[in-house]
Amino acid sequence: MHDKALIKDLKRKALEIRKWVIESVYRAGSGHPGGSLSIADVMACLYFHEMRHNPKDPKWPDRDRLVLSKGHAAPALYAALALAGYFPVEELKNLRKIGHFLQGHPCMKKVPGVDMSTGSLGHGLSVAVGMALAGKLDGKDYRVFVILGDGEVQEGQIWEAANSASHYKLDNIIAILDRNGLQIDGPTEEIMHVEPIAWRWQAFGWDVIEIDGHDIEEILDTFHEIKMNEKPTIIIANTIKGKGVSFMEGTLSFHGKPPSEEQYKKAMSELEQEERELNG
Amino acid sequence: MVNANITNKMRNLRDAYSSALIELGSKNEDVVVLDADLSLSTKTKRFGTVFPDRFFDMGIAEANMMGVAAGLAACGKIVFASTFAVFATGRSYDAIRQSIAYPELNVKIVATHAGISVGGDGASHQMLEDIALMRALPNMTVIAPADATEMEDVVPAIAEHSGPCYVRIGRADAPIIFETHGEFKIGRGLVLRDGSDVAIIATGTMTAEALKAYDLLKKEGIEACIVHMPTIKPIDKKLARKVAGKTGRIITCEEHTIIGGLGDAVSMAIAEKPVPMRRIGVNDVFGESGEARQLMEKYGLTAENMAKVAKEMIKKY
Repeated sequence: MHDKALIKDLKRKALEIRKWVIESVYRAGSGHPGGSLSIADVMACLYFHEMRHNPKDPKWPDRDRLVLSKGHAAPALYAALALAGYFPVEELKNLRKIGHFLQGHPCMKKVPGVDMSTGSLGHGLSVAVGMALAGKLDGKDYRVFVILGDGEVQEGQIWEAANSASHYKLDNIIAILDRNGLQIDGPTEEIMHVEPIAWRWQAFGWDVIEIDGHDIEEILDTFHEIKMNEKPTIIIANTIKGKGVSFMEGTLSFHGKPPSEEQYKKAMSELEQEERELNG
Repeated sequence: MVNANITNKMRNLRDAYSSALIELGSKNEDVVVLDADLSLSTKTKRFGTVFPDRFFDMGIAEANMMGVAAGLAACGKIVFASTFAVFATGRSYDAIRQSIAYPELNVKIVATHAGISVGGDGASHQMLEDIALMRALPNMTVIAPADATEMEDVVPAIAEHSGPCYVRIGRADAPIIFETHGEFKIGRGLVLRDGSDVAIIATGTMTAEALKAYDLLKKEGIEACIVHMPTIKPIDKKLARKVAGKTGRIITCEEHTIIGGLGDAVSMAIAEKPVPMRRIGVNDVFGESGEARQLMEKYGLTAENMAKVAKEMIKKY
């Protein structure tokens, strides 16, 4: 059981992340709101509770790392980093704008707090394996979190990486699979099936935990339960694409499309209403 | 001018690679080596025997190996990742592009079995486009050493250099041309023979053939300027321009397709003040099975062909 105040605070943070996702993608005129909104709760739990990190020292060698392998969810990562204090939140208004540092997909050379440049799907888990190996080599106890898309696991390299993570007994890797069920062309099971997803990861030697990816308490409990037992862990977070904005939830149309002005206003008013209820 | 001579001593560059790696590893604990199930052929296994904790065989999964190398480098390691050139660059291209070159991480890709001299394995294994692929990537340094001596200088030099590097060496033994260490410097071309009739600029083990071509031409009264270009990117523009101005005729020679390699790099370097150029390389075709020497002869990668082309050029221009 977690402190009620903590749960409430993380819910508030997740809402703030969602608002910034809408704000930044709307202002950019392009970007991926759907898959950013689906991981907002996980992102809030990671950056505002679970991860050991220091916004004043982004390169701290002992920090927990996060690899956003589904790099198109950059708006959610940037919002979390800004709210945590890595850079001013006002910068979120300059997403994707020329001459500004918030690239359309995460760039570690430009954005403080980004641990790995990503964007092309299928690469992040390999990088996480390398970071986890380095941690073991150096006798450090940091963990490497990696967020995968559910369509992303159609990439073959993910399974090369999954295989090597269990081979080298990398229990310092925690993957989170954003199982929102949709990829650009349609539902994952119609386009290229990924089920039985839990079984596939178990077969590759991973511990698998399935959760509701929008239940803050369940997310925190799950992180808490993970054991260092010489096996990597994957959390299959069942989520809703576009979560938090009624007309974006469960739809394909906002995978990679910004809201119109009218939609932007409606989305913000919904999220603000939710905030009022939470604080109420 | 740098002292270089064709000697009877043959030495494999892969052996030089593993010796240099072990020496580097004993001096620097941050050095980590990865291989993809070819560590007996690339000779990284020897490093793994001496430093088992810092050697990881990633199995037959080259793209993953490149990503893992990036992750290790992001945590401060100096990572050497080795496999055959065809897998190191072709199969892994996007992993190198996204996870190594774009974030400019400290990964040294040392690929063996480059070029047509791989021999019997045939076209599937004869990588002829690797320089083109790696050269096109921003942040990437591309190096092809001439012999085992130079290879032993390349390994510590790239470890010292911060950022991604690609080093390509072949499978076959190669004649020693440098008897002493210390000439190699990233980005520096070396004049091995002076002459003003034609310049032959070569990279990798083709430089030994260029030295032989010098002797062949000399017998016919032609003075060739022989340049060894171990770094293809960044190319030594100043030297290329200098020898172009001096000789008025350039021949480039590489065990690589004529598209995108040394020939292109040199022609770009002299494009503002061009002189006639001929590019010796594999002429936009795949290779085939055969003995290394037979293949080099069939595809024109010999001193004899360089001399022939030089004479044609002198006649024509």
